Amino acid sequence: MVGRAHAGTARDGATVSRFACVFLAVVGLCAGCTRTSGQSVTLLGSTSIQPFAEMLAERYAKEFPGRLVEVQGGGSTAGLQAAERGLANIGMCSRSLTPKEALVFTPILIARDGLALVVNRNNPVADLSIGQLRDLFAGHVTNWKELGGQDGPIRPITREEGSGTRESFVRLVMGKERISGRALTQESNGAVKELVKGDPAAIGYMSLGLVSQELKAMAIEDIQPTVENVLAARYHLVRPLLFVTKGSVTPAARMFIDFVLSPEGQAVLATEGLVGLR
Amino acid sequence: MKRDGVIRALLLGVALSAIFGLALITVFIFREGVPIILHVGVRKFFLSTDWDPSLGRFGILSMVVGSLMVTVGAAAIGVVFSLALAIVLTQFSPPGLSAALKPVIELLAGIPSVVYGFVGVVTLVPLIRHWLGGPGLSVLAASIVLGVMILPTITSIAIDALEAVPRSYLEGSIALGATRWQTVTMVLLRAARSGLIAAVILGMGRAIGETMAVIMVAGNALDVPHSLLAPVRTLTSNIALEMGYASGDHRKALFATGVTLFAIITLLNTAALAVSRRRVGKRRAP
Amino acid sequence: MKPMVRQRLAVGFMWMLTGITFAVLLFILAFILVHGLPHITWAFLTQSPASMGRQGGIFPMIVGTVLVSGLAVLLAAPIGVGTAVYLSEYTREGRLTSAIRFGSDCLAGVPSIIFGLFGFVFFAITLGMGLSVLSGALTLALMVLPTIIRTSEEAIRRVPNSYREVSLGLGGTRWQTVFYVVLRSALPGISTGIVLSLGRSISETAAVMLTAGSGMRLPRSLFDSSRTLALHFYLLSREGISMPNAYATASVLIIAILALNFLAYALMRKFAVKASR
Repeated sequence: MVGRAHAGTARDGATVSRFACVFLAVVGLCAGCTRTSGQSVTLLGSTSIQPFAEMLAERYAKEFPGRLVEVQGGGSTAGLQAAERGLANIGMCSRSLTPKEALVFTPILIARDGLALVVNRNNPVADLSIGQLRDLFAGHVTNWKELGGQDGPIRPITREEGSGTRESFVRLVMGKERISGRALTQESNGAVKELVKGDPAAIGYMSLGLVSQELKAMAIEDIQPTVENVLAARYHLVRPLLFVTKGSVTPAARMFIDFVLSPEGQAVLATEGLVGLR
Repeated sequence: MKRDGVIRALLLGVALSAIFGLALITVFIFREGVPIILHVGVRKFFLSTDWDPSLGRFGILSMVVGSLMVTVGAAAIGVVFSLALAIVLTQFSPPGLSAALKPVIELLAGIPSVVYGFVGVVTLVPLIRHWLGGPGLSVLAASIVLGVMILPTITSIAIDALEAVPRSYLEGSIALGATRWQTVTMVLLRAARSGLIAAVILGMGRAIGETMAVIMVAGNALDVPHSLLAPVRTLTSNIALEMGYASGDHRKALFATGVTLFAIITLLNTAALAVSRRRVGKRRAP
Repeated sequence: MKPMVRQRLAVGFMWMLTGITFAVLLFILAFILVHGLPHITWAFLTQSPASMGRQGGIFPMIVGTVLVSGLAVLLAAPIGVGTAVYLSEYTREGRLTSAIRFGSDCLAGVPSIIFGLFGFVFFAITLGMGLSVLSGALTLALMVLPTIIRTSEEAIRRVPNSYREVSLGLGGTRWQTVFYVVLRSALPGISTGIVLSLGRSISETAAVMLTAGSGMRLPRSLFDSSRTLALHFYLLSREGISMPNAYATASVLIIAILALNFLAYALMRKFAVKASR
């Protein structure tokens, strides 16, 4: 009996010390690693800029192996907040800053992007005026036949409130009118695209650079949504794409920003349908 | 003996840290959320459908209605299938088969929410849009998807409830000449009624907390849904959609939404507990 | 209508509903696996993604999932089981313990998005951990803790008192009784609860989205952001980036969950056999 008790305590001790080792190892792992903010660059924000930033990051990593750039979505406002709180080195923002924001952040223009109004490929309507768009998204116009299309309900799709694309749309089209409460809400450009692809009655707004063959982008006020028209400032719905920083920028982040603004970086953006700075 | 004291102290420390962690969350959520409810006004917060954070308007009524509609819909669908499943597995299927099928139902519980949402978007939503109209992203779609998701929850609790009914009740009924189905409807279901109600309530508690699948199939429109085919935004979807960029009062309002959900679920849990306790009381009768 | 006829109809109807339920389950699994299994290659499992996930593989996501969920359960399991042991073996039943139990039960039912919101604000921002594996793991640990406490406590309470009395009668200390007798018998229930919590944390999307972030690179430390399989699937499918890869990712996820469920089931049976000896 006594012997068994001794054996028991010995085994208990082994278990406890084994557990302590694991615990210390985990703590050590945490303590030993530093925040990688010095080495890598994190971008967070606009889902419009995200795919392009990813492309730039991959090209950047190819040119300069070992330099890591991390890109995450979340929307323009989330990007600004991430920059503010240090969650990311660079915030991606697809609208211009408000005066209050401009006091805190430093915006860097990397490209200009058109705002496309997209409908399903089978939708016969091909152009709208800004006034019609406003009525449509405000919920005053509810049937496609009022716009010259087939008889059927219009289903407007909007983005979430923190979206720079939405904010740009509101500034450029809606003005004082509010977007209808009936509008379906999606949380990224890609989600809008998928929804419009599948629903013949849907209409949404998204980054022109991300429109693909599967969708139809409408002409606005008879101006076609092409890169040339955006460059020539003929197309009405254009918004800036910004990299936003707060305070001083880490050297790694500065190098990436320089790359994006360089001719090579701009060429990458141009081939993808964004309007470069030149 | 001294070792026992050390172990006891260690375990106390562990327990206290667990309690501390959980209390931290509760306190944090309430501390962030409650002041904004009072600031906006209890009536304005809960009874206004005007949710417009950029203008500082935080009325969550349309999302409360949305959550409730979707949850009740899910419960309606879930109850039908779960009850059938529970009755079949406990009363009408050979024991080998029910033993094999029970873990399969648990499997349903393991499938991730995003997979349910995805299958719903790709198969169910177009069907609804084509055959019933509307955008397809609707209360109906969310109810069906959620109904399937809460099936395992309701079924397993219902099975427990049915199996808890004393065999003597059932045997007595058969001895009196009733068919097995008559026994089920007139004796079994009635005796297990409280447990079954508890099962449904707990299923509803799960449904109301579901987020990802609902975001994918519900449409997330801000208006109060006027029909089953209209798009809807639930309390959970609202938090998920906006928490990435909400700050200041907006973020506090999301915590307040969390407080609301906390309260609703606590209410449901308490109701389920109360209902099932009544069952135990009933069984004490000779 | 004759009672037997009514019974036939009713039971037939019930079987039909049962059949529909299993058909739906089968459909969901088949839908994902049929589309996804062909795309699961060794390269897919071991490479990193390129072009936002359009090409390449999901290796960082697998690592991310293992890190986030594994760490979460590693943290929550000892604390949860320890708490359950303390509550049921070392204290007397009273208002405090029932209050703790009630609180734990309530938190077990709280939606995961609320844990995500808390984790985002508290771990990522206030404590400055940022969008990282650590933030995600801590958030998930808190999320599964109530469930582990509850299932462990239930398993421990189901151990017959006679076991404890015999052990104490033979001269064992309380800790020896707890460790060698009670925990051994309760092990099936406890480990099932832990494995199921693991399964739940692997499937979690809403809570990890804003705590662990959505980084696509291989996490090299606990402070790096990382994407889990469930989140990767969500993003790929939602944004139409690559449907084949989305299906393949979901298939990997489902296979992992099937394996975990199977493990839980096997564990339960194995330890139940051992305990009954």
